[in-house]
Amino acid sequence: MSPSLIALGNPLASAAEQRCVLGSSNGIPPFGQSLRRAGLFPLAATGITALQINVGKLCNQTCRHCHVDAGPDRREIMTRETMELCLAALSRSQIPTVDITGGAPELNPHFRWLVEGVKKLGRHVIDRSNLTVLLLPSQGNLAEFLASHRVEIVASLPYYREAQTDAQRGEGVFEKSIEALQKLNRLGYGREGSGLTLNLVYNPVGAFLPPAQSGIERQFKRELEQRHGVVFDHLYAITNMPISRFLKFLLASGNYESYMEKLAHAFNPAAAAGVMCRAMLSVGWDGRLYDCDFNQMLELPVNSGLPAHIRDFDPSRLDGRTIETRNHCYGCTAGAGSSCGGATVAEASPGT
Amino acid sequence: MPPVARVVAEEESMQGYYDANDLARFPEMGKGNKELWEKFSAYYSAVFAEGALSEREKALIALAVAHAVQCPYCIDAYSQACLERGSNIEEMTEAVHVACAIRGGASLVHGIQMRNIVGKLSM
Repeated sequence: MSPSLIALGNPLASAAEQRCVLGSSNGIPPFGQSLRRAGLFPLAATGITALQINVGKLCNQTCRHCHVDAGPDRREIMTRETMELCLAALSRSQIPTVDITGGAPELNPHFRWLVEGVKKLGRHVIDRSNLTVLLLPSQGNLAEFLASHRVEIVASLPYYREAQTDAQRGEGVFEKSIEALQKLNRLGYGREGSGLTLNLVYNPVGAFLPPAQSGIERQFKRELEQRHGVVFDHLYAITNMPISRFLKFLLASGNYESYMEKLAHAFNPAAAAGVMCRAMLSVGWDGRLYDCDFNQMLELPVNSGLPAHIRDFDPSRLDGRTIETRNHCYGCTAGAGSSCGGATVAEASPGT
Repeated sequence: MPPVARVVAEEESMQGYYDANDLARFPEMGKGNKELWEKFSAYYSAVFAEGALSEREKALIALAVAHAVQCPYCIDAYSQACLERGSNIEEMTEAVHVACAIRGGASLVHGIQMRNIVGKLSM
């Protein structure tokens, strides 16, 4: 398993360095200009329907595309005190969904306490899982815990074949992921009528755009059921964001310029209008507030003057805030769009 | 520009017959005849739209044909298109083998013509 960028001392471990690279993208219009042409500048939030809580950068994998630069060597995780502030903020609002992410969020020792706290408030919980964490001996009965609390699982599986999945997520990950999916299926996840939702996330294993979501979902369903007996509810097709480790890959492989051009060329005003940051608020492991998880990793906080920490959460001031955008945002507006819930418009295929 | 300078500039702008950057310039073909280009473009888009065959299947066919006609622009475009429609390297390699088999088979089946001629001429 390769170390994180920060452990390697790679300059791209610095958010400032990443912002500098992204800011100097040649040959593409600044993202704000594309928004202006689409009549969407400045991009404004439309409310908060999801609170996405990143509980830390600790992970049992070091995937080659990870926008968090997560890994076993990362120690930044959310404390119980900050989680209490999140619950207090939720209790002062009507936000219906809490989306817990990481790293591997389950590795935070207070993960289950947070899930129980959110459920007591009557809110829907999403766990963004890497699947392999469900098999760790240290995580006994994790799958059963998630099922008993009716937690929706959104699980990463970039492809239905071993070679592609392992190339991105590490050797042996595919086999373990299938084992974890089979375990979830045995508990009822992904099975019609169970009420236990299991969604998968596809993302390209390389410098290209994702396919139309409905088409790749059909492929995944057919292949996973025929080859492994695995069933699931929906597949979300997500574009790789040109930051952190994927940015490192793009630069090292000579694909950076063409990838940015591809994203900018595929700018879709309808996708831009539906980006998820307009309807969510992102909380960092230390409680700071961001418009999305990508801005969080680039250390681009919510606009100055707004509540900057979850302890100061005030929906009346954050609901209609202006979103902080940069060139990486092209990753969410290309083609059919990309969000934590996959495509943001009905159907589109990437151009050639 | 003096004639000699123009020749040098043209030589510098065309170091080889194929340039990867020319793929993005394909629409410049419309400058010579806009109407034909627009008809071709509309037909091309219609051909590759989802129909009885999926966009993914059509991209794999296009990849195979690109190898059969040995067009580097098409190989570039449809290698990317196949990936962006969810195909993998195993499927794409098999598509290239289909092109190879048909090309090879097309040569070999002409051997029957050779045998016919030899048969007619021989005692």
